[in-house]
Formats: sequence, structure tokens, C-alpha cells
Amino acid sequence: MLYWNSFSEFLAMGNHGVYVWGSVGVTAVLLALEPILLIQGRKSLMARLKRQFRAEKSDRNADRSNQNTRRSTD
Amino acid sequence: MNNRLINWFKYASPQSFYPIAGKMIPWFWALAAVFGAAGLYIGFGVAPTDAQQGEGYRIIFLHVPASWMSMFIYLVMAFWAALGLAYNTRLSGMMASALAPTGALFAFLSLWTGALWGKPMWGAWWVWDARLTSELILLFLYIGFIALQSAIDDPRRADKAGAILALVGVVNVPIIYFSVKWWNTLHQGSSVSLTKSPSMAMTMLWGMLLCALAFWMYSIAVALMRGRSIMLERERHTEWVRTLLTGNDSGKE
Repeated sequence: MLYWNSFSEFLAMGNHGVYVWGSVGVTAVLLALEPILLIQGRKSLMARLKRQFRAEKSDRNADRSNQNTRRSTD
Repeated sequence: MNNRLINWFKYASPQSFYPIAGKMIPWFWALAAVFGAAGLYIGFGVAPTDAQQGEGYRIIFLHVPASWMSMFIYLVMAFWAALGLAYNTRLSGMMASALAPTGALFAFLSLWTGALWGKPMWGAWWVWDARLTSELILLFLYIGFIALQSAIDDPRRADKAGAILALVGVVNVPIIYFSVKWWNTLHQGSSVSLTKSPSMAMTMLWGMLLCALAFWMYSIAVALMRGRSIMLERERHTEWVRTLLTGNDSGKE
């Protein structure tokens, strides 16, 4: 079924090995890199947003307790 | 009729599309892996050699699908952009932005694999012929779209400006596709055509179609992933993103 007789023949690609494997290699690297970068970007985005939401919440809580103390001193 | 229209618009909101996209992504990855493995096995393992081009012809199993994807993604991107201009839906602009980098990637791969094919076959990495030049313009259109969008701070205005660029650039896609017919070019005519029976052996055709399907599934998976991040980023001031990321403890009183 396989067209090749040996693995070295497969690697040589009839003296076109550099061109064939240069195409395959760059394609494989870029197609692997894109989802990796996307996953990393998504992780850092979610961490940033969570930090932001937590900060906003504690700001709100701080505001509320400030108001309460002001009200009690009046 | 009216009901159906409303249903479609329901899924056009980022809030309802976000979880659906998340469920679909693993399936598209699985399909991409299956089609990719089968296509590479046939293309690089089983397919016979080409009488004229020798083994170097095997580059076309990546080159042709990458070129198809670069054109097709542009059409889909322009379609989303047009939808965004017409209906002013938020999701359209997000999906157009999500597709652009992947389209640029495939345009680059098309040029790269083409150069590596051209060197042994034509004796030149690059020639300024109609097919190659119009594909290079496609890459520049993608880069221009991305640059224009990232230069405008307001995402809604960035969507509109990008949409107009994308729509004007659509004219380039038929130019790429028909360039081998319209002009006398060094690039060979299409190996697979919608109107004629293919001018290649069945195993080669299968290898190419399977690789194309794999790239197709890959593109959908990656575009959905990027789209989901864009949705979170742009909708960060809305309640659904806050609830999603902070759980039930939504920060509301």
C-alpha cells in the first residue's frame, strides 16, 4: 500500500527533501504555534479580567464601609 | 418566517454564541486531526509520484489546501463584515476579527510552500506573475485589516473601518482564482475545477481534499477560540462576562 520502499527514500523525497520537508515543517510549526498562543492569550486575558472584577468589588465594598462609618460619626 | 429570523438573531449575540462555540471547538479539533492524519498518510505515504515533477510535487498537498483556505477565509471574513455593516450585530465584527490572523497565516503558508515548490520546479523562489502577486496582495489585505483594526481604539468603529477594507478587498479573490486563466502565467492551471473532471490521479485528489478538509476544520476551531477571547475582552463590561468569570458571586449588590 505504501509507496515508499524505505524510510531513507521517504526522507530523501527524490532529492526534493529540503523543499518538501521545509514546507511540511513550517506548516506544522505555524499550525501548532497558533493554538498555543491562543490558549496562552486566553489564560492571561481571563486572569486579567478576574483581577479587575475582584478589584472593582473590593472598591465597592470599601466605598460602602466608608459611607457607613461616615454615617455613624455624623 | 418572522420567528425563524428572530431565532437566528438570538444566536448572533455573543452571550449565547460563547458557550455554543466552546462546546464545538473540541469536535472541530478532533475532525481536523482525523482528516489531517488521513490526508498526510495518503499524500505523503500512498500517492504515487508525479511523472513530470518527481517527489517535489507532494508540496501541493499543503500548498493547494492552504491557498484555498486563504481565499475562502477572506470570503467568510468579508461576509461577516458585510453582515456587521448591514445589521450592526456585535458578533459579526468579532468573528471577522477572529478570522483575519488565521487567513493571513494560510496566505503566508501558500506563498511559503509555493516558493519551496517553485525553486526546484521553475528554478526561482519567486516570480512577479499574476497568481503569485495577487496572493501576496491577499496577504497584505489581511495584514492591512488587522493593522487598521488595531489602530482604532473603539472596537465598534474598528469593525466598521475593517469591514469596508474587507469588502473592497473581496475583488482580489476572483482575481487570484482566475489569474491562471486571464493572464499568461508561469503558475500551472487549477488541478481541481468545479466544471471539469480533475486532471490528477484519484489518490492524489483524495489526499488533497482530505488535507483541505483538515485545514477547514482547523480554521473553524482556531477562529472560534480566538472569537471567544475577543468576546470576553469586548464584553468585559457586561453582566454575563462578570458572572462567567466570577461565578455566582457576580459583584452585584
